Order: sequence, then C-alpha cells, then structure tokens
Amino acid sequence: MKNKNEFLYFSLRNRKLVASLIIILFFLILGIIGPTIDQTDPFEYINPLGSSPPSKEYWFGTTFFGQDVFAQFVSGLRAAFLVGTIGGGIGTLIGMLIGFTAGYRGGIIDEILSSFTNIVLVIPTMAVLLIIAAYLDVRSITTESILIGITAWPWTARAIRAQTFSLRTREFVDLAKLSGMKAYKIIFSEIAPNMMSYLVLAFILQFGGAILNAATLDFIGLGPTNSISLGLMMQYSVLWGALQFGIWWWFIPPGLAITTIVGALYIMNVGLDEVFNPKLREM
Amino acid sequence: MKQYFSRKILIYLLTFFLAVTIDWMIPRFMPGDPILNMLTRVSVSSNATAIEHMYQYYSHLFGLDVPLWQQYLNFWGSLFKGDLGLSSYIFPTPVSKVLLRAVPYDIFLLVPAILLAWYAGNKFGAFAARSKWLDNTVSPVGYVLTATPYMWLGILLAYFFGIVLGIFPIAGAYSFSLTPNLSLKFIVSVLHHWFLPFVSLFLVEFGGWAIGMRNMIIYELEADYSHYLGALGAPKKLIRKYAFRNAILPQITGLALKLGVVVAGALVTEVVFSYPGIGYLLLAAIQNQDYFLIQGCFLFIIIGVLLANFIIDIVYIIVDPRTRRGMAGEAA
Repeated sequence: MKNKNEFLYFSLRNRKLVASLIIILFFLILGIIGPTIDQTDPFEYINPLGSSPPSKEYWFGTTFFGQDVFAQFVSGLRAAFLVGTIGGGIGTLIGMLIGFTAGYRGGIIDEILSSFTNIVLVIPTMAVLLIIAAYLDVRSITTESILIGITAWPWTARAIRAQTFSLRTREFVDLAKLSGMKAYKIIFSEIAPNMMSYLVLAFILQFGGAILNAATLDFIGLGPTNSISLGLMMQYSVLWGALQFGIWWWFIPPGLAITTIVGALYIMNVGLDEVFNPKLREM
Repeated sequence: MKQYFSRKILIYLLTFFLAVTIDWMIPRFMPGDPILNMLTRVSVSSNATAIEHMYQYYSHLFGLDVPLWQQYLNFWGSLFKGDLGLSSYIFPTPVSKVLLRAVPYDIFLLVPAILLAWYAGNKFGAFAARSKWLDNTVSPVGYVLTATPYMWLGILLAYFFGIVLGIFPIAGAYSFSLTPNLSLKFIVSVLHHWFLPFVSLFLVEFGGWAIGMRNMIIYELEADYSHYLGALGAPKKLIRKYAFRNAILPQITGLALKLGVVVAGALVTEVVFSYPGIGYLLLAAIQNQDYFLIQGCFLFIIIGVLLANFIIDIVYIIVDPRTRRGMAGEAA
C-alpha cells in the first residue's frame, strides 16, 4: 500500500489542505455535538428581555424575540452540513450518471444528453427552485436538499463527460471491452477509478454550492418550514429589524459560518488538486 | 458560422420552451391545490357550499376548468399576448405591468455590476498571477469573496455604512420624500441608494473572476507558445498580452454560465436593501402567496438570462475568430 502512504504524506504536508480540513471539522463537530450539549430549543423564547448581547448565559446573545442565537446557530450548522451532503451528493451522482453515459456511449445518446445538459445549464436553477419551493406547503431540510441536488448537476455532467470522452479510447478500456465486460462495469471499474480525484473535487464544489444555494433559498423565504437554518437566521434578522436595532450578533454568526465553511471547501479543493496532481505541488 | 448560429438558436428556443413548460406544469402537478390553499387562507366561513362556489369561480377565472392540453395552449396564447394574469398582491394590476415597473431597477443594478466585476476581476487576476506578493494576498481574499453569500455581504455593508456610519440609505431606490423626475437632486438620490447594493454584488463577483483569471493565466503561461515566445526573446509584457487574450475566452463562456448565479445573488441583495427590483417583488409575492406574480418573475428571469446568453454568444463570435471561420471554437 505504498500508494496510500504517499497520498497521506503529501496531504499532511499540504498546508492549505490541513488548514481547511481543520476548519471544516471544527464546524462539523460543533454542528454534531452542539445541539446535544446545549439542548435549548432554537425557537423557544427563553429571554424575557428580548434581545440581549452575547453574555455568559447566552453565548451568542438572543434574538429580537429572546431566542437563543447559539442554539439556532449550532442547529443551523447541522442543517448546512446536511444540505451539503445530500444536495451535493445527489448533484454529483446525477452528474456522474449523465456524464458517464454520454461520454462512454457517444453518438446519438451523447448528442441528446449533451443538448439536455446544455439546456438545463442555461436555465437559472435558482428560478426553478423558487417556483418549485413556492408551491410546496411543508418543506423540510431534506426536501430542500433534494431539490437543490436535482437542479445542480449540469456542470458536473459536462465536466465528467469530457473526461470520460478522453479516457474511453485508452488501451485498458479497449482491453476490458475485448474481455467482454459489461458497459457499466467498465465505467465503474476502469474509467471511474482513473478520474477519482476529479470526482472528489466535483463533490466538494457541489457541497459548497448546495450550502450557498440553500442560504439563498432560505433568505428569500422558501427555506424549511419546520426547522432552523443559517439562511433562515439571516432572513429573520433582516425581517425583524436586526439592522435597525443593531442586533449584530444575530446576523454575523450565520453568514460568517457559511463564508468560512464554503471558503475552506474551495481552498481544500486547491490543496487536494495539488496533492493529486504532482505538477502543481510546490516543492 | 451559420451552422453555429442556427444550433445556438435552436438550443435557446428549446430552453425557452422547456422553461415555459416547467412554469406551466409546476402549479398544476405539484401536490396540494393552490386554489384550495388560497380559499382556506382567505375565507373565514366554513360553509362548504360557499367554498364550493368560490372554488368553481376561481377555477374558471384561472382557466383551470378546461382539459389540460387546452390549458397548455391557452397558456402559450396568453403569454404571446403579454398576459401573465392579475397580481393578487397588488390587485388588480396585471402581473406584466408590475414586472415591467421593476425591471429597469434590475437592469440598472445588474448590468453595471456584472460587467464591471467581470472586467475588473479579469484585469486584476491577470495582474496578480505570478507575482508572489500580490498572489498571496489576492488568492485568499478572492476565495473568501466568492464563498460569501450575497445577502450576508449586503447585510454587513448595510449595517456598517447604513446604520453604524449612517452615510448610506438602506432601503428603497430613491428618497421617499422625492417623486421621480429628472432633477439633479433626484439623480443623486438614485445613485446614493444604488451604491451599496451595487458594491455588494460587485465584490462577490469580483473575487470569482479574479481567481478564475489568475488560474487561467498561469496555465497559459505554461503553454508551449508562451515558452516559445520567451525563447525567442519576446518581452514579458507581450507574452502576458497573448496569454491574456487566450485566457479571456473561457472567462466569456464562464460569464454566460454564471449569469444564473448572479441573478440569484441580485434577488437576495434586493431583499436586503429593499431595492424595488424583481427580487424584492418576488419576496412580496412569496409572502403573499401571489402565484401569478411568482410565475411571472420566473418567466422574466428566464427571458433575461436567455437574452444575455445570446448577446454573449455574439460577443464570443466577434472575439474568437475561429468560430467565424467555421472551425469549432471552444463554445461551439
């Protein structure tokens, strides 16, 4: 397993990768254990005074209505990671399915799938999400993630198609074909492993994109109806005059968390790229 | 080139067709019944026959009491007449009229933000590439900027410049005490209100373009032609100029692909600043369950993005000679 050790060696030496991983793990752990340790209901009105700044009792202060911002924040973090995983996962999977099929089959199937991809690529996904979400009466974070996933795949499909196209004429693929392997098996055992790094990078970008999309959707009033999220925190804070009343502790944490997580994901992508691709390594 | 164009136009027509179909389909095939929803929300009486009558009345009013295929054809028919229904939120103004009132603000906000951010980001990214000090500061800042949710940057700017410093207004498109006219005072007020939304859109976009350009330039400077030019003794400035010209092509394609994201960003930015464009209208439409208005916003956004895409395609042909000579360029 020399290969794995080498990967680990270069990963640990890459400062961008290590730093971004630490940041993401920090938020992930906070999101996982936060709601368990601090069992305050994010929507409960615990502070009779209404809003008060961060203090020992309320770590991140309380909202205009006296809800605990920290409780909302950690639940929102959990939601963000859920959206990233489900939404990003679905987006990557659909992208892989269409990209592999189009790239490997070629011909008329490629023509149809590529045109379809290009069409969906032009339609602003947010507009489609808006109109679907507007007609759903009850929305959960899972529904939101699925919706985001099924509209986010086009660019991944396009990129994977291009990669598959260049791989499918290689000798090892020909050999697999000659040995009578089934098409899907060739794709998953011969082609996909050769672009594994590419797929990982695509998933990371989808993950970050899903979090940003969810924040936009939440902010415009189409977020989950039965739970809290970082985007919803920002929406409530603007709707209920956090700006005018100077309740900065209400809107700073959610946006800062999103920016940090997504920024760390982007930088992690650069770091991983350097690990996977020896040409990019700084020696 | 003719083939390139007809192919593009076909794709756009198909896209428009698909988008309109989605717009038509969603209200009809989603779980739940919009009309029933509306009635249960509005009516106080629980009289079953009264609700039944109202239901029939509204079904007829919205044209939902005819077969599906006919509804679909009617939808297209009224669309071409510019009839998008009546807004229930600003009753009884036609949706198209409400939207046309909002569109100038969107154009005024989006066009400068998109173009300037694209131009400045590309220039700056090209400038920063391969200069150690600049690169080390620009790249991280660029990544953070692209990772920032549009509304959050908007909120921060509004809070800091609007509330803490109090030097910029944070709501509306012009001072509430003025009526629209062509006086200098009014124009200054409009620009004053426009500035913060513009800056927040500009900054997020700028980061993305700067990073993209920086990576492209580094890639182009490693290409054979750059090394060849260098070996011939061409000045660095000239090599960079050629690299820039090659690197700008994918950035033009990227502009077309990113339009949807920018539009979504503009929607939430307008919400933050209560800027009376389509985004602000959309929030009001959603909060008041004004389905016709939501559908209308969707259509306007799609049409806008398609038109912009088409303009970018034409620009691409002008910029890249390969597409003109029938050789498949990158975007073909």
